[in-house]
Amino acid sequence: MIQSLTEEKSYTLTPGPEGTIETQTLEVSIGPQHPSTHGVFRMDVVLDGETVVKLKPVMGYLHRNHEQLAEKMAWLGSMPYTDRLDYFNSMTNNWAYALSVEKLAGIKVPERAEYIRVIVAELTRLQNHASAIGFLLQDLGAWGTPLLYAFREREKILDLFEAVSGSRMMCNYMRFGGVRVDFDDKTLAAAREITTRFPKFLDEFEKLLTENEVLLARCQKIGILPRELAINSSITGPMARASGVEYDVRKVDKYGVYGRFDFRIPLGDVGDVYDRYYIRVLEMRESVKILEQALHNIPQGPHIAPEVKLRNFKIPNGDGYGRIEAPKGELGFYLVSAGDGKQPHRYHVRPPSFINLTILEDMCLGQKVADVIIILGSVDIVLGEVDR
Amino acid sequence: MVASRCGTRSWITMEAIEKIKEVAAQAVAGAQIEIVNSTPAAAQPSLLVDREHIYAVAKFFKEDPCFQMDFCSCVTGVDYLPKDDKPGYIEVVYHLYSVALKQGPIVLKVRAPRELEQCRVPSLTPLWRGCEFQEREAYDLYGVKFDGHPDLRRILMWDEFKDHPMRKDYVPPMDYEWEPTAHDDTLARAENTGGIVPPSAIEEAHKAKK
Repeated sequence: MIQSLTEEKSYTLTPGPEGTIETQTLEVSIGPQHPSTHGVFRMDVVLDGETVVKLKPVMGYLHRNHEQLAEKMAWLGSMPYTDRLDYFNSMTNNWAYALSVEKLAGIKVPERAEYIRVIVAELTRLQNHASAIGFLLQDLGAWGTPLLYAFREREKILDLFEAVSGSRMMCNYMRFGGVRVDFDDKTLAAAREITTRFPKFLDEFEKLLTENEVLLARCQKIGILPRELAINSSITGPMARASGVEYDVRKVDKYGVYGRFDFRIPLGDVGDVYDRYYIRVLEMRESVKILEQALHNIPQGPHIAPEVKLRNFKIPNGDGYGRIEAPKGELGFYLVSAGDGKQPHRYHVRPPSFINLTILEDMCLGQKVADVIIILGSVDIVLGEVDR
Repeated sequence: MVASRCGTRSWITMEAIEKIKEVAAQAVAGAQIEIVNSTPAAAQPSLLVDREHIYAVAKFFKEDPCFQMDFCSCVTGVDYLPKDDKPGYIEVVYHLYSVALKQGPIVLKVRAPRELEQCRVPSLTPLWRGCEFQEREAYDLYGVKFDGHPDLRRILMWDEFKDHPMRKDYVPPMDYEWEPTAHDDTLARAENTGGIVPPSAIEEAHKAKK
């Protein structure tokens, strides 16, 4: 009898049929110190042979009570802390928070700032999706090469972020009513250069991966997530779209200036690991399209609303929820202003990668333990955001 | 097709929320629904529903053909301390959207007393699987017990943790780094001095280690 670590439930021995060896289930703890869990994340897995019969995700190793920190400082004070949520995509985290505060306070963002936000957000999406595929291939056993190809492109984007914000990953770039620093001509030229070159990288990447036999054999029909379950369990982002859920906050809410761009939402058919890989490739191609249009149409003007006060910034009492389509899914902030309105009474993050883990067990049941690793890789989690 | 009694809307406005409230109150007999305003700019009014009927109201919004709120995006716990003779309460906020009709949000709120034994609300996880982890988080950080939740455990704090740290009256222990250690004598001495570990005690502990 094996006592489960997670529950007061025990697993009895399964006697084999006549003439076979008696077997029993085995509980394995994958993580928290394991390279394939993408950070300090643990999965309590019960195995019957190599097949998963039970899986419980265990998180909280990186919990730092981000929300309570934000409730103890002024509204703008937590902007740098949002960088640390999903540390791959600090630009979109900044935008989600800025957008929510702007919605509560009724701040109008100048045109040029909206375009700059779109440009940095789509660049963020490019580097996130490229790296996510790189990490997925790493989990599949293609050590290094695809990841380094992705990181080579990511490097150029991070250089651009460094040029505008002074930091490669912890950008702290957005402010309420706009962005901190304007794009100069040199940065715009660099962004154009990245946009023209990126499709060539994608072609090369796809030539190596999309029809690769090993990738097809390992990823197809693995970890299938049905469409109905995806909607019901609040799955968002590329993962939901791989299961055929036609839902993209950029299209639904048309926040910022997304209503002006011509782009499509790629949709998956089966909802397996391969679809989740390929949907990211297709989304990168759509992001390139958005970038081309944004860089072509970016207007002149102020990069931040001049009437927004930096000091003594207050929000009238009330609550509100703002959300954007971050690379990993719907990233939202629920904010409550009470009392003097100088700091949030409640600051809640709706983290996409935390909620996308809800159905990890459903996807893994009946799969082999080696596939659990790639199913987790295809969810694309960042523990800074899961644990907060 | 969307029924005409509530119409399609991509953003629910003040005019519409009155109608939504009426429709929901008619559909669920006995439900007490109040409208709570957001900030003027956000224009996201919410519906405050009593604890007995929150499940039925949520079920109505999920299944009614003109709402079809099939996607529960965000679950939040909020703590309000007692203020000017008004009792405090814990509020749980649900943001519902419709993937099928691309509309929303409908914001549902439910309140429970702050006392731990009475701080219970019905769980909406049977309706939306997506609430599972988020309700566990609200339980962990605010101490709200969700009746009918299939697996209500702590999720972010460790299992042995006693308090609910996001509550507004939570005071973190001052000898925090000493808490999980087994040095009972030192801890007892620290308690006598009001939670502050005296430097002499730290020295002693170091000596004892050697």
